[in-house]
Amino acid sequence: MAFEGLAERLQATFDKMKGRGKVSEADVKEMMREVRLALLEADVNFKVVKKFVNDVKERAVGQEVMKSLTPGQQVIKVVNEELTKLMGEEQSKIALAQKPPTVVMMVGLQGAGKTTTTGKLANFLRKKNNRKPLMAAADIYRPAAIDQLETLGKQLSMPVFSLGDQVNPVDIATGAVNQAKEEHHDYVLIDTAGRLHVDEDLMGELQRIKEAVQPDEILLVVDAMTGQDAVNVAESFNEQLDLTGIVLTKLDGDTRGGAALSVKAVTGTPIKFAGMGEKIDQLEPFHPERMASRILGMGDVLSLIEKAQTNVDEERAKELEKKMRTAELTFDDFLEQLEQVRNMGPLDELLAMIPGANKKALKNVQVDESQIGRVEAIVRSMTSHEKQQPSVINASRKRRIAKGSGTSIQDVNRLLKQFEDMKKMMKQMTNMQGKKKGKGGFQLPFM
Amino acid sequence: MSFFKKLKEKFTTQTDSVTEKFKEGLAKTRDSFVGQMNELFAQYRSVDEEFFEELEEILIGADVGVSTVLELIDELKDEVKLRNIKDSTEIAPVISEKLAEKLDKSGEDTELNIQKDGMTVILFVGVNGVGKTTTIGKVAHFFKEQDKTVVMAAGDTFRAGAIEQLEVWGERVGVDVVKQQAGSDPAAVMYDAIQSARAKQADILLCDTAGRLQNKVNLMKELEKVKRVISRELPEAPHEVLLVLDATTGQNALSQAKTFQETTDVSGIVLTKLDGTARGGIVLAIRNELDIPVKLVGLGEGIEDLQQFDAEQFVYGLFKELVEEDTGAGEEDEESR
Repeated sequence: MAFEGLAERLQATFDKMKGRGKVSEADVKEMMREVRLALLEADVNFKVVKKFVNDVKERAVGQEVMKSLTPGQQVIKVVNEELTKLMGEEQSKIALAQKPPTVVMMVGLQGAGKTTTTGKLANFLRKKNNRKPLMAAADIYRPAAIDQLETLGKQLSMPVFSLGDQVNPVDIATGAVNQAKEEHHDYVLIDTAGRLHVDEDLMGELQRIKEAVQPDEILLVVDAMTGQDAVNVAESFNEQLDLTGIVLTKLDGDTRGGAALSVKAVTGTPIKFAGMGEKIDQLEPFHPERMASRILGMGDVLSLIEKAQTNVDEERAKELEKKMRTAELTFDDFLEQLEQVRNMGPLDELLAMIPGANKKALKNVQVDESQIGRVEAIVRSMTSHEKQQPSVINASRKRRIAKGSGTSIQDVNRLLKQFEDMKKMMKQMTNMQGKKKGKGGFQLPFM
Repeated sequence: MSFFKKLKEKFTTQTDSVTEKFKEGLAKTRDSFVGQMNELFAQYRSVDEEFFEELEEILIGADVGVSTVLELIDELKDEVKLRNIKDSTEIAPVISEKLAEKLDKSGEDTELNIQKDGMTVILFVGVNGVGKTTTIGKVAHFFKEQDKTVVMAAGDTFRAGAIEQLEVWGERVGVDVVKQQAGSDPAAVMYDAIQSARAKQADILLCDTAGRLQNKVNLMKELEKVKRVISRELPEAPHEVLLVLDATTGQNALSQAKTFQETTDVSGIVLTKLDGTARGGIVLAIRNELDIPVKLVGLGEGIEDLQQFDAEQFVYGLFKELVEEDTGAGEEDEESR
């Protein structure tokens, strides 16, 4: 039962309530318990959860939920709103010093991903902000940490400042800033060694680096999978260094990432970036409002909408919709549709963002992208006449198409059949919607 | 409370270095946990709903995990009814007893499966940043101390600097490292490593792999292939597949353990960075929800601080104060310090 989203958890409560006219205070209490458990399961710190649930309860017991006809929807709405408020409503950008270079210090526990993030951030600054960063290798403790940063530098063709591992990190940091001034770099990214927040000696070293280089930005790198201890780590780093921001790493995993909420709540500093994959360009500005729905297990609705908006031409979509309704769909439309979906990114990523499409169900759905490529090849091997009027495709045409696309006649047959089924289904759907307006059809839970 | 008496007798008569390591490594977890428990007993005189809710929070706060905690609380509630417990002080021993029960699955084998004759191959797997390479360095040292011939395979060909990192460990410990270029096929590295270890008549081959998040299907398939290649070259191998987990990880650790077990048939867990966290509770969740024994624990940064997991040691390290209070010897201990 681990990792159920809030929606699923609340569903069970609603099922129990079914048939009763209104929501009692006891029901709200029950719902709040589910909210609490969902957040705890997402690794949000229990102290943060406690305060949060109390805030939500006040609003929920009030007018909004009790009088609503759809209490479930209301609870989720309230929870989502409060959560977004707590996460910070707006995206926060990286600092830029008035007089270059802007000095950025990367700090955190061992294995959080500081070195990788340093490389990614350098790439981000160059690509998105058109800056010229210098990376500094100040992790003299972990074996080969300097090699790692230097390798990243080579991959990016970007300079890395290093003095080897026998030099005091404070001197490395100052040296880097000086070199940046000489060579007119506008950012210096200092990669420090991972350390425990309770290690006084090493925390002292960070304070000395801070003193020496007066950074404009001190970013705490936090593993998104961190458990309850995230609060102590963040609190302690913040007390000793006055953090200016947080980078959340490994968010491409299947963790709900409750640590994000905990860390934000105790430090009050914004989460500025999120690591979304192993590749050097997979660092994204953090979207606090989207994190809320992820923690709740509601899918990343907003991201999906945004992706669709940028990639799907609206007018074409309308036209397509009309064709669907009249079941005049041709292979040309099909191809276009395929491309639009493809432009949105890897399919499994897309699927994971759909609310209700939970991890459990998705686990068995292995989206085979090469399969789509094959379908595309088949369609592209048709003549335009065949695409417009699939009914003309006879045996000899099929043979030609199969040959042209490097597939078999069976593959072609299968696609033709699927296409026909699709058309039929669409016709049925439109008929259904015509008869009972609004009701039925596809409905997402609570929407 | 015979369980604790037994434990206490065992560990007060032997003050060996291992017990010390466990005590020190778990100090943070213990301090926060026992402190909170004492506060709980001071705050609530009677055992009621609120008491249980508070207890639930303490346990969840230690990363024990929601479902394990709920299960535990239910068991405790039954116990309270059964024994007719009203006063909160009476329930204290019951709580520690239950926790210990969950930790100490008797008959479980936490020993590493080391071959008497021939080579033992140990494959290390896990997500990014948990400390696989460091663990391998420490394990190499551990076997080297026992006069075994050890070879390490640099199977993390993906992360920048990973091969160099293992090489530094190789020099430090005095162990050969088999490697190829960065970016090469890890399965090919394993093939080479087995040939080379054979030629050297090595006793132990430690195989590093790149960190990977468990939801990356292709990377998990790659790991499957690595394991397959090892088994093809040496039918019984790998003799151990150790999943390295970071003790600061929250509930995702369970998902990691499940997925890695499905793909690579994990035979044991290495729990790292236990000294840095006040949590350690994830051990409870893992042992309660999954059938994978914890075999090694990292209790500090030193090369000697990787220890074989011992449930009794762990319970003692965790509940030291409770154990001593329980057996009425806490004060004596204070004085003798």
